[in-house]
Amino acid sequence: MSVSEAAVRERLRTVLTERDEEIADRWVHLQLEQGAFGSSISEMELRGEADALIAALRAGLESSLPVDRVVMSHADLRSAVTEFSMQRARNGAAPTVTSLAVLSLKEALLEAVQRGVQDTSELLAAALMINRLLDAAGALSFDIYVAGREEIISRQSRQLMELSTPVVRLWRHVLAVPLIGTLDTARTQVVMENLLQAIQDHEARVAIVDITGVAAVDTSVAQHLMQTVNAVRLMGADCVISGIRPAIAQTIAQLGIDLSTILTKATLADALAAAVRITDQPEVSGDETAAR
Amino acid sequence: MTSRTPAGVPILRLGNVLVTGVLDELDDRAAQAFTEELTERIAAESVHGVLIDISRLELIDSFVARTLSELTTTARLLGARVVVAGMRPAVAITLVELGLELDGVETALNAEQGMAALGWYHTPRPPAEGPR
Repeated sequence: MSVSEAAVRERLRTVLTERDEEIADRWVHLQLEQGAFGSSISEMELRGEADALIAALRAGLESSLPVDRVVMSHADLRSAVTEFSMQRARNGAAPTVTSLAVLSLKEALLEAVQRGVQDTSELLAAALMINRLLDAAGALSFDIYVAGREEIISRQSRQLMELSTPVVRLWRHVLAVPLIGTLDTARTQVVMENLLQAIQDHEARVAIVDITGVAAVDTSVAQHLMQTVNAVRLMGADCVISGIRPAIAQTIAQLGIDLSTILTKATLADALAAAVRITDQPEVSGDETAAR
Repeated sequence: MTSRTPAGVPILRLGNVLVTGVLDELDDRAAQAFTEELTERIAAESVHGVLIDISRLELIDSFVARTLSELTTTARLLGARVVVAGMRPAVAITLVELGLELDGVETALNAEQGMAALGWYHTPRPPAEGPR
């Protein structure tokens, strides 16, 4: 004898309405037994989460959406699961723990259903439906968790990028940018924007790009350096590259990268000396006449 | 004739330097007319330097970039140096990304430094200017 889906659904809904306290207690108990949170979440908070999720589950079952899609499509239920996972992610719980917590609701729910149902085929149908519902919820919570973490990571890398490209004023009309780490397209863009703006603000005549902290120079890094130098020149300032370590100088020579049009110095001190010399001379007898 | 003097591009003479400022984005025809007028003025007045201030321009397309390059070459043939002054950071970045590096064009940070580069020292600098 098969049991209609509508009847099972109605049964689940009744159980969630009548025995919600019991299910919530049991679920909190199960989670505490798994004991994976340490002391980061109190029993009170767990109970609050449980009440919210169970209420949302009930609302989801009352809607007319098919069971397979109810977790994804029912707004309240989806946001309850989202809120639950985000909360866990913020508290630093592992993603498996978060998913398992959602899945352990199955057990609590099934126990409550079992108490009211004698017929085995009806019980099986109910169990299957609970599975379908909460597996979807578990998968969703995993997705949300990962998305939450990824957002944190991208925010941090953005902050890192902003922090890692300071433009400092070394001397009258002389600016320096100490580059640290790698020089990719996005970094180059940020460095260039900051540097050119600073050149305009400080009326700088020389900009020193110090690459002491750059781990390695390949053709694309060199390309980005050339772009920066050319942009500085278009602004009407001179550019000096300093901090080329012997290993990097060798790499540049081996790769055949042509930096001969750029003034390069071994250390920031040499570059500063050169920059001061350039700025002390009246421009008419400086590089420009030499270049003609 | 309006075709010979594009609106908004005055050309002034200060000593042996021609000073001009591009105030609006130039379309191709205006850029062409500007070049022609400037070239004729250089030849007629036998100046030694030309200062073009572009600090008002928010955009330079490839045609204007090429015009500036050609103008520099033309002026050099006529015995004058061209200094392009006051390019904005955003414009510089765009030009570099487009690969238009204005080879051979002299640049200066602003009009004052551009004039200094052309040997125009009429405002003496304070001798001992400390770091600001």
